[in-house]
Amino acid sequence: MSRVLVIGVGNALRGDDAAGLHVARRLRGRGMENVHESGGETASLMERWRDANVVLLADAAQSGAPAGTVTRLDASTRPLPAAFLHCSTHAFGVAEAVELSRSLGTLPPKVIVFGIEGTNFEHGATLSPEVESGVADAVRQIETEVKSHA
Amino acid sequence: MSPDPTPPPPRNSRTIKVDYLARVEGEGAMHVRVKDGLVEDVQLKIFEPPRFFEAFLRGRPFREAPDITARICGICPVAYQMSSCHAMEDAAGVRVTGQLRELRRLLYCGEWIESHGLHVFMLHAPDFLGYPSAIEMAKDHREVVEMGLKLKKVGNDIGNVLGGREVHPVNVKVGGFYKAPRKRDFAKLEEDLKWAADAAEKTIRWTANLPFPDFGQDYELVSLSHPGEYPMNEGRIVSNRGLDIAIAEYEEHFEEEHVPYTNALHSVRKGHGAYFVGPMARFALNFEKLTPRCQSLAREVGMAPACRNPFRSIIIRSVEMLYACEEALRVLSQYEPPDPPSVEVNAGGGTGYGCTEAPRGLLYHRYRVDGQGDIAEAKIVPPTSQNQKTIEDDLRRLVPGYLHLDDDKLQWQCEQAIRNYDPCISCATHFLRIHREEISS
Repeated sequence: MSRVLVIGVGNALRGDDAAGLHVARRLRGRGMENVHESGGETASLMERWRDANVVLLADAAQSGAPAGTVTRLDASTRPLPAAFLHCSTHAFGVAEAVELSRSLGTLPPKVIVFGIEGTNFEHGATLSPEVESGVADAVRQIETEVKSHA
Repeated sequence: MSPDPTPPPPRNSRTIKVDYLARVEGEGAMHVRVKDGLVEDVQLKIFEPPRFFEAFLRGRPFREAPDITARICGICPVAYQMSSCHAMEDAAGVRVTGQLRELRRLLYCGEWIESHGLHVFMLHAPDFLGYPSAIEMAKDHREVVEMGLKLKKVGNDIGNVLGGREVHPVNVKVGGFYKAPRKRDFAKLEEDLKWAADAAEKTIRWTANLPFPDFGQDYELVSLSHPGEYPMNEGRIVSNRGLDIAIAEYEEHFEEEHVPYTNALHSVRKGHGAYFVGPMARFALNFEKLTPRCQSLAREVGMAPACRNPFRSIIIRSVEMLYACEEALRVLSQYEPPDPPSVEVNAGGGTGYGCTEAPRGLLYHRYRVDGQGDIAEAKIVPPTSQNQKTIEDDLRRLVPGYLHLDDDKLQWQCEQAIRNYDPCISCATHFLRIHREEISS
């Protein structure tokens, strides 16, 4: 069985930016193992996935799609669109962690990013209703994907 | 970014317009105008999140200041927490001492290692080596980039153990901490810090061999100074031109000027003008407070006792990383969990001042708290706005020597010069757009 790692990325205090964290918490609540939460810090992400075979990562996105849309991106062989992910801790985050790992030859063989389109990234805001349903959608997609690697 | 596709302009005058790509934490733009080989004008615009926070803080209970201000910056939340805690404690007439003070210093060490690690390896080194970013640099300098990431991670881990999590620590409160770590919580960190100190030493030697332009100005360097330690949390504000004042006197000596082309404010020392805050200022004004190992290495690489070339600040950041590792190890070697983990603070009905050394320089906070304990007024002066006028001065002096370069190379030089100051905007790997305009006089 391949080592599958699920990471939910986000900032809990910036509205829809917390979408990835909600995905992780829900998956854990449903009994999934190997699920982690992250603030998106580059070095920590890279260390976290160093020994994984499959990484499934959920993060908020700002790509212009309708709020709550879940976009599945395969980062295994090509870069993530830099503008796609919402950066919660300066501009050094998930996309840079993927590309630095690729440069160093430490990127796991399979890295799938589930981008959940956000609409409100204000300080102190809660998750938008559309993003709530996007979170549920991402949870379903990740569960299916994890089963396919079991 | 590619050059603007406008037709080739006439000679003698050239406008370099620099637009910053808006990101979450801040945005800015730069405009340089050159006429007949002379730089006529430099304008740097940086939009500053603290301005929004000053308004947001009004009416909030004083105890919320560390948590609210920590959100201003994802890279230096500890600095904002520390300056606000010290200001509130000053308003209440409380001093935090002993192990609580030591723990704060430890947390600050973590932030210096993390922030300097990001800047040295991921943002600034690629400039010197001619790579567009750390991602490309990693292909040719794998060991260096891996060492940098691991070093930065040790800084993150201090935040994890002590702050509760790596970004935006949640364990800090006015008066101390919500919970003090046990001694055994630090066991792994101690081992990691010993490795990190050796890695920082290698970094000093590695950065010292980078190619540096011959550049510098007669800056007024400003930093905290403390009789017993390299400054982080406490001290007096001093300069190389005789300034020596208490933190509470800051606004008597420094003021912020409204500048017509930007909504940011430019700080100046009253009657003196632009000044310089950050690692190069701390190093020059506090060299003798560094550890013997730091001093000896700094001498070995020709940095001691002072340096006036901001491009070489990458070496000083490396020295400060070593210092932070050694200082963290010192704190851990004599650590006993403080009980209780905080002291009682009641800041109602007073004004308090706090100034600490963020990785990128002096961070000043002042709060007036009403009788109910709510914040009536907040003033925050971040290091980037204090350095803004000096960055402009640097560009004004630097650009004439590089006018022969094409747009891409000129853009790279300007970015590198701005990044010497590690301003918040520098996190965008490439934030300049060159716009050329030349008109015959």
